[in-house]
Amino acid sequence: MSQTVVVSATPNPPARRERWLGKTALGLAFCSPLLLLFLCLVLYPILYMIYMGLDRDIYEDIFSDPIFIQTLWNTVIFVGVSVNVKMFLSLVLSALFNTENRFARILSGLFLLPWAIPSLPGILAFRWMLNGQWGIVNKVLNDLGFAGYPWLVRRPTAIAAAIVYHIWKYLPFWTLIFVAGRRSIPKELYEAGEIDGTTPLQRFRYITLPMLRNLFMICSLLSMVFTLGDFVIIKIMTGGAPGDSTHVLSTLAYRYTFLMGKIDWGVGTFITALPVTLLFIFILIRWVK
Amino acid sequence: MRLRGWRKGAFYGVCVLLLVWTVFPVYYMVMLSLVTWEDLFKPRLYVTNPTFENYYQTLTQGNYFVSQFWVQMYNSLSIALLTTAAVLVIGTLGSYALARITFRGSRTIQSLTLFTYIIPSSFLSIPFFKMMADFDLIGTKLSVILVMITFTSPYAVWILWDYGKTIPPDIDDAAMIDGAGPLAIFFRIYLPLILPPMVAIATYAFLFSWNEYLYVVLFLSGETHITIPVAMGNFLATDDAPWNILMSVAVLYSIPPVIFYYCFRRHLVSGLVTGSVTSA
Repeated sequence: MSQTVVVSATPNPPARRERWLGKTALGLAFCSPLLLLFLCLVLYPILYMIYMGLDRDIYEDIFSDPIFIQTLWNTVIFVGVSVNVKMFLSLVLSALFNTENRFARILSGLFLLPWAIPSLPGILAFRWMLNGQWGIVNKVLNDLGFAGYPWLVRRPTAIAAAIVYHIWKYLPFWTLIFVAGRRSIPKELYEAGEIDGTTPLQRFRYITLPMLRNLFMICSLLSMVFTLGDFVIIKIMTGGAPGDSTHVLSTLAYRYTFLMGKIDWGVGTFITALPVTLLFIFILIRWVK
Repeated sequence: MRLRGWRKGAFYGVCVLLLVWTVFPVYYMVMLSLVTWEDLFKPRLYVTNPTFENYYQTLTQGNYFVSQFWVQMYNSLSIALLTTAAVLVIGTLGSYALARITFRGSRTIQSLTLFTYIIPSSFLSIPFFKMMADFDLIGTKLSVILVMITFTSPYAVWILWDYGKTIPPDIDDAAMIDGAGPLAIFFRIYLPLILPPMVAIATYAFLFSWNEYLYVVLFLSGETHITIPVAMGNFLATDDAPWNILMSVAVLYSIPPVIFYYCFRRHLVSGLVTGSVTSA
């Protein structure tokens, strides 16, 4: 045995293989806490949920519940509108913060506030501002000569309020991402464009847009998956009111499971969204790697 | 870029609009925390007679709604700190393996990491609840901490791995020739080098758990066991809740994250997404 030690000092094929096996063991050893986490707290819950959702009757039941169908639409509207509007605005605003202007620099510091403040305080502030009786929004409208509106008591405006909050909260983060994206575009491209006498709009169309296309797609998809699972905005802003008409998937699943005691309905709600979610995730993994 | 004429006007117009849009809700939150109970129902754009009474009530637990304020702060803090510690251990170890060792299975681990980062946490709420009930962990901080670790570790591994890749491999080789084992390399060479992103992911993990609402609602109950955001949500259960006191809690609870974000914002935006900028 002592001889193998000597031999391994000058690597030959079997020794290299041994080292390679040793490396695999070492790598897995360092990853063992992570692997344990994946097995026990990611794969097990997912398989558990799929197992609970195997009963086909669940889907017949929930799809005949009008609240569930309405919730699917709410989720599509909430995710679709808030993510797309937010991403578009972020892309546009990132131009503002990419300038050398002093005012824009000071603004970019303050601009982070909504992102830094936790969800609950922000949502509660919005909720009070939109209060039909004592909210500042209606007060300002009244002062300007318009009638107030019970924003959170009507379905369309309640969902709109959730969307507006989402945009307010997450616009800064994605804008910063696009600022970073713009900064990584080689300056020479713009200089060449200017020499060729292009307008700013043309430079945006033919330089910025193609260079940021991948980033924009990745960010939009990522944000959509995150927003698809959002619980706290709807829960705190509307609580599903009026009359359970403004739920999204996660708040409805919460209502089914923990308020009505129908755990299989809750599982069914998430399972319904799982194919789309997994598709998005696999596209993202392929793009990012 | 110098702006002239209507463009300059439009530029500053957009800036002012953006400033109002961004700051007004925050301003209003702070303002509400300074009004008296009577003024709460007379909406104004500014405070006429500001008072610190709400903060006093909150900090001395002088009102029924904030009677457990400090215990709840402690709960928020302890869950966030324990999560951060665990995430740092898991993240540094895992990222070391992915960044410094070539081994079979590393690609699978990378995919799983990314998968766990992206999947919305609420989607697993029901199986997690069942699991925690099966293991009799409902009502314990451990249940919340385990879930927080699950959803923050992937990001930690990803960021640290991304950074660890950039350290030249010669350093490890040189140490190995000097007779250092993998553990020595990990502790003496790797850890000191990845300190900057460790600060960032510690912030991330801390704030993620500090902000968590759903899983605390699911797993913890009772005034003395819940965290601050859940206590704030409980104000909504009654119609006569003192929103001025609620807003003082909101401001106090927002201060640590705001400080953290402003200190570490540069690190927080890096990583996953900016990585895809350069590769695009």
